[in-house]
Amino acid sequence: MALLKSKKVISSIGTFSTSLGAVSTRNSSWWAGVQMGPPDPILGVTEAFKRDTNPKKMNLGVGAYRDDQGKPFVLDCVRKAEALISSKQLDKEYLAIGGLGDFTKSCAQLALGADSEVLKSGRNITVQTISGTGSLRIGANFLSRFHSASRDVYLPTPSWGNHTPIFRDAGMQLKAYRYYDPSTCGFDFKGTLDDISKMPERSVILLHACAHNPTGVDPKPEQWKEIADLVKKRDLLVFFDMAYQGFASGDIDRDAWAVRHFIEQGHNIVLSQSFAKNMGLYGERVGGLTLVCKDAEEAKRVESQLKILIRPIYSNPPMNGARIAATILNTTELYNIWLEEVHCMANRIIKMREQLAANLKSEGSTHNWEHVTDQIGMFCFTGLKPDQVERLTKEFSVYMTKDGRISMAGVTSGNVGYLAHGIHAVTK
Amino acid sequence: FVPGSLKKMSIFAEVPQAPPVAVFKLTADFREDTHPQKVNLGVGAYRTDDCQPWVLPVVKKVEKMIVEDNSLNHEYLPILGLPELRSAASKVALGDDSPAIKDGRVGAVQGLGGTGALRIGAEFLRRWYNGTNNKATPVYVSAPTWENHNAVFADAGFTDVRPYHYWDGAKKGLDLTGIMDDLEKAPEHSIFVLHACAHNPTGTDPTPDEWKKIAEVMKRRSLFAFFDSAYQGFASGNLDKDAWAIRYFVSQGFELFCAQSFSKNFGLYNERVGNLTVVAQDKDNLTRVLSQMEKIVRTTWSNPPSQGARIVAITLNNPELFTEWKGNVKTMADRVLLMRDQLKAKLIALGTPGTWDHITEQIGMFSFTGLNPKQVEYMIKEKHVFLMASGRINMCGLTSKNIDYVAESIHETVSKVQ
Repeated sequence: MALLKSKKVISSIGTFSTSLGAVSTRNSSWWAGVQMGPPDPILGVTEAFKRDTNPKKMNLGVGAYRDDQGKPFVLDCVRKAEALISSKQLDKEYLAIGGLGDFTKSCAQLALGADSEVLKSGRNITVQTISGTGSLRIGANFLSRFHSASRDVYLPTPSWGNHTPIFRDAGMQLKAYRYYDPSTCGFDFKGTLDDISKMPERSVILLHACAHNPTGVDPKPEQWKEIADLVKKRDLLVFFDMAYQGFASGDIDRDAWAVRHFIEQGHNIVLSQSFAKNMGLYGERVGGLTLVCKDAEEAKRVESQLKILIRPIYSNPPMNGARIAATILNTTELYNIWLEEVHCMANRIIKMREQLAANLKSEGSTHNWEHVTDQIGMFCFTGLKPDQVERLTKEFSVYMTKDGRISMAGVTSGNVGYLAHGIHAVTK
Repeated sequence: FVPGSLKKMSIFAEVPQAPPVAVFKLTADFREDTHPQKVNLGVGAYRTDDCQPWVLPVVKKVEKMIVEDNSLNHEYLPILGLPELRSAASKVALGDDSPAIKDGRVGAVQGLGGTGALRIGAEFLRRWYNGTNNKATPVYVSAPTWENHNAVFADAGFTDVRPYHYWDGAKKGLDLTGIMDDLEKAPEHSIFVLHACAHNPTGTDPTPDEWKKIAEVMKRRSLFAFFDSAYQGFASGNLDKDAWAIRYFVSQGFELFCAQSFSKNFGLYNERVGNLTVVAQDKDNLTRVLSQMEKIVRTTWSNPPSQGARIVAITLNNPELFTEWKGNVKTMADRVLLMRDQLKAKLIALGTPGTWDHITEQIGMFSFTGLNPKQVEYMIKEKHVFLMASGRINMCGLTSKNIDYVAESIHETVSKVQ
């Protein structure tokens, strides 16, 4: 029986010896050996933020979009879709294991393009998932079970913090490839190519389709082309994570360019999509997982196995968010409103980037802050060191993750000046 | 132009076609059948007497409230779920005046339906129960059980999922001797998945005295109780009565898990609302357990869906709506009880061979008719009455309009096919 780690005295239950740990009694717990799990690094930031009483505090931790008043933003197209759905008085019968057909079809179309050869030949299987996380996890589980050629998944350095435990829990081995260059706060293209050239054949390489999280650094189209070529030469299995389609440039086709290019080049990719950010459907958990297969027959086999994986996790996915997303994607008027709103959200972010850079300059900072406007999407890798981050949090109540990542969505025209002031103070 | 990768063998070339999930295949087959008198007694979802799905009136009311409330948004829930749902759901299971809740040693994780709650519990147990990462701890599931139980625990990493005796086909009732025997022989610390009420698929539950015997052995032999509660309220029509077993075990000092589903009793099937109630020795242990469950949730779905959780939380936490909900639940339970009474009466009136007491003795949505696979095949092929190969029927599929046809079909089948 495991010894208790905690030395706290547990009053009336059993007896306790500080040197030996808990003395096993008739009433001792099954869980005495369970260690306290560390707080989630990203979500823990919000917890700390909530406890702070400074009226000027800023939450630049989790990547959820905020409007210029710093408030959560429910898209108009979402409200309209909800009203439409409500009026239909639908039943609540179980969805199929693979989810709502109207959703999966339009979800795939959004990513691949309506004229995609893949869709025409029916050689994709797209299932509805529990947002991006659920999609990555099912994809990882599938690879773990069926991609016998390799256990290795290569993540860019750095990557979203949750990628590593997701793939690990699915039974894959994590490896890394160079990606971000701290000296330029930009893309380490040479390092990426170099590392890809050394990856064992048939390894899995994870690529962020656009708006890389946490750095905001994306390859340019020409660079993507070279990456696609090299990846093909190395015969690697490509797993795209696309959580920000529309959110990066404001243009959904432009943001999906890399995904579509790889497919055109013959890569049969695995693709995770999230509608948390681009439709503001965070808590409704809307996502998709697509596997591009050799042909429709193979897609059917893969589909059957995906169902076998999904059923013992949650049986079938939640309806509400998928129904909203499908309604928007399949109703012309709502779709157009959505495109505009995504464009607006992306534009506000871009504007905040410009204002932050400008404010830093007028604060008198002599550092090069070009990366603030070069980077794209919700996040900015400021280049701040952990001790500077700590000062920014302690002295200015600006909350962000230790790696120097800030969510631009938390920046408003009302607080961008304060933020610039704080960043300048800890970096001058 | 042939893209390069098409020339090589696909990485998925070896992926075999998996068999379809039986219960969904049954519904698919039913849909394709064109016979005018076809009846679907397969998948476990409630139907009205017009054979329609039923969105509970209280749910419609609350949904309207949610849609019209512009102060609500779609932000992420906490990883462990909506706090108001978790606490209210645990109260429903353990009772408002539960001493364990008062002691602060009850916590919960919102899950995606009952399945999700089971899976989180299973993943936790595999990592942290009976040592660390002990995949060999035996997990016992009833014979028969809901078919997904096996896969939930196996995919969570357990290598030894075994049956415990449960259904006595000869007497069409509980095999208590078999249960007690398996409990005595199980290795200490084995995990037992117990159906809190309305056993799926047999509809046969232990009596309170039988539960007491089971609890006594489990405590003496340090066996872990993992309750699956998918039908609270649905079985007897009374929430407290249906939770008696769980509450008894808690009163006997068990640390246990209870996976709750609100799919059936709230009719919220597709919104995936569930809750894993965790009863621990004390608050300290509970806190550590929940912190580890958080890590498991984070790599599975990050945080759970909010719509269904809101509906249930609002309902359970508002006295008027709660009362209205209980009424809706009783409506469903009563209709099932009526169908049980009528089916048995009709079979007896027809002089159908065999005994049919089990139809009214069993409880909940399902009935284990006792029909064998050949008889089931006859029912489907010749009579277009769809039921599971195990002989399980969903009582909710019966209506005043089709019950005569179903009774006659059973009569014919049992008479003709042995």
